[in-house]
Amino acid sequence: MLEIKDLNVYYGVIHALKGLSLTVNDGELVSLIGSNGAGKTSTLHAISGLLPVASGSILLDGKDLLKTAPNKILSLGLAHVPEGRHVFARLTVEENLLMGAYIERNQKKIQENLEKIYSYFPRLKERYRQLAGTLSGGEQQMLATGRALMTNPSIVLMDEPSMGLSPLLVKEIFSIIGTLHENGITILLVEQNAKMALAVADRAYVLETGTITMSGIASALASDDRVRKAYLGQ
Amino acid sequence: MSTFFQTLIVGLRLGSIYALIALGYTMVYGIIRLINFAHGDFIMVGGYTVIFTIPLVLRLGAPAWVSVLAAVVVCALVGMSTELIAYRPVRKKGTNMTALITAIAMSLFLENLAQAIPVIGPNPKVSTQIFRAGGIRFGTVTMEYTTIFTLIISAVIMLVLYTFTQKTRLGRAMRCVSEDKAAATLMGINVNHTILLTFGIGSALAAVAALMYLAQYPKVYTTMGGLLGLKAFVSAVLGGIGIIPGAMLGGIVIGLVESFTTSYISSSMADTFVFLILIIVLVIKPAGILGKNVGEKV
Ligand SMILES: Nc1ncnc2c1ncn2[C@@H]1O[C@H](COP(=O)(O)OP(=O)(O)O)[C@@H](O)[C@H]1O
Ligand SMILES: [Mg+2]
Repeated sequence: MLEIKDLNVYYGVIHALKGLSLTVNDGELVSLIGSNGAGKTSTLHAISGLLPVASGSILLDGKDLLKTAPNKILSLGLAHVPEGRHVFARLTVEENLLMGAYIERNQKKIQENLEKIYSYFPRLKERYRQLAGTLSGGEQQMLATGRALMTNPSIVLMDEPSMGLSPLLVKEIFSIIGTLHENGITILLVEQNAKMALAVADRAYVLETGTITMSGIASALASDDRVRKAYLGQ
Repeated sequence: MSTFFQTLIVGLRLGSIYALIALGYTMVYGIIRLINFAHGDFIMVGGYTVIFTIPLVLRLGAPAWVSVLAAVVVCALVGMSTELIAYRPVRKKGTNMTALITAIAMSLFLENLAQAIPVIGPNPKVSTQIFRAGGIRFGTVTMEYTTIFTLIISAVIMLVLYTFTQKTRLGRAMRCVSEDKAAATLMGINVNHTILLTFGIGSALAAVAALMYLAQYPKVYTTMGGLLGLKAFVSAVLGGIGIIPGAMLGGIVIGLVESFTTSYISSSMADTFVFLILIIVLVIKPAGILGKNVGEKV
């Protein structure tokens, strides 16, 4: 379980997260929606230790992530698919996946996971020797997702996986997210595409300028008038 | 014809020394986008370590070149300390410009520190013979043992280094850190350790280069890293800074330019030609011979 309490984050004088609290229970798919600049990426960066936190607490299964070195967080079972994919452009597809398993020393496990990722994403297998920088946006998203799954994480943070993708690919990516969820992986999904994010989630939070303004069952939020007006364009 | 081959061999020998030094510049630049001005001075550190350990090594009955092992250790330690004490704190707080100034300061600091150490002092020291004297004749061309060893050792080191970066887990981690530090952190890579390792390897290569340089020009002085480092840096830029095969290629090209100018034109023109070649290549291909002209990645 991921528990964030009263989180405050600053960029210089900009107060980006103002006392944010949220919880993701084991096995849940929770969406965090909000418009551009609301603080979604900052939230995920704070969780992964990429961003200094002024105050508050972040616990993963009771362990204090704020006291954990950023590069040790993955070994606690939390993986992060960053906004903009951030695949290693000059490494091949397979090298990118192997980097996902950097902390794993058991070769047999690495090979098993590689095969599993290739079965989720056959297109990555076809292109395993291609440089990641030459993949299309959708393929890079699959690679970034596959890379994050290489250590069998218990929870995955996903930051705008649908960004910049064609409607067809957005559907494909969301169907993969649904499959991961069915397979028992806990997911915290950040999206501007509120419609899809609410459709696939169990619960959701609405973030506005650094503060959670609404939360609840995803389907209930999707029929809430304020959400429909502000985020679903209805 | 024999002049030609002799010149070619001399060029390759000099070039492989430049290449080894250039690798240090390029690896550090690749990983933290810093031109490590102190890198040339690591050669000086290596040179003095070799000079001071040769008598010990000889007393143990080992050949003189074994002193390179001590130089590798000392240089790696000096390189890693430089990163830990000077560059890392500045990187956390400062800008690229402060880091660059720190690198220049580190260079001056090492040179002056060396002069202040009584056993070193301001006067040059001369090294004893490092590899065995003489050579092998191939027809009209003689290859000195120094040349043969220099070429073989550099080739092996470059091959090992290339394989390390391409095929091993740590080598891949290094490439990831140089490309994207945040994403590397998300993979569980300790970015600071990886940078430290890069400094260690680059400085160790400078130690090997120091040995080979001494084998040819047996004189050590505190500012020896200046022009030598500059030419190696030029090699790295020529080949495409940040690119490992680029440093190797650039070093060889600069070595050849220097030796052919010396043989066929005039030794006093050699450095002029080195920089002329650099300017011509950079005008045609700003990112260097193997560089991709895509502008700096941010
Ligand atoms: N590196 C940064 N420096 C200064 N301000 C930043 C930086 N990154 C984000 N911000 C600011 O923090 C706020 C939240 O940004 P972000 O977390 O990226 O939002 P979102 O992901 O929801 O679009 C915005 O106002 C943004 O301008
Ligand atoms: Mg964002």
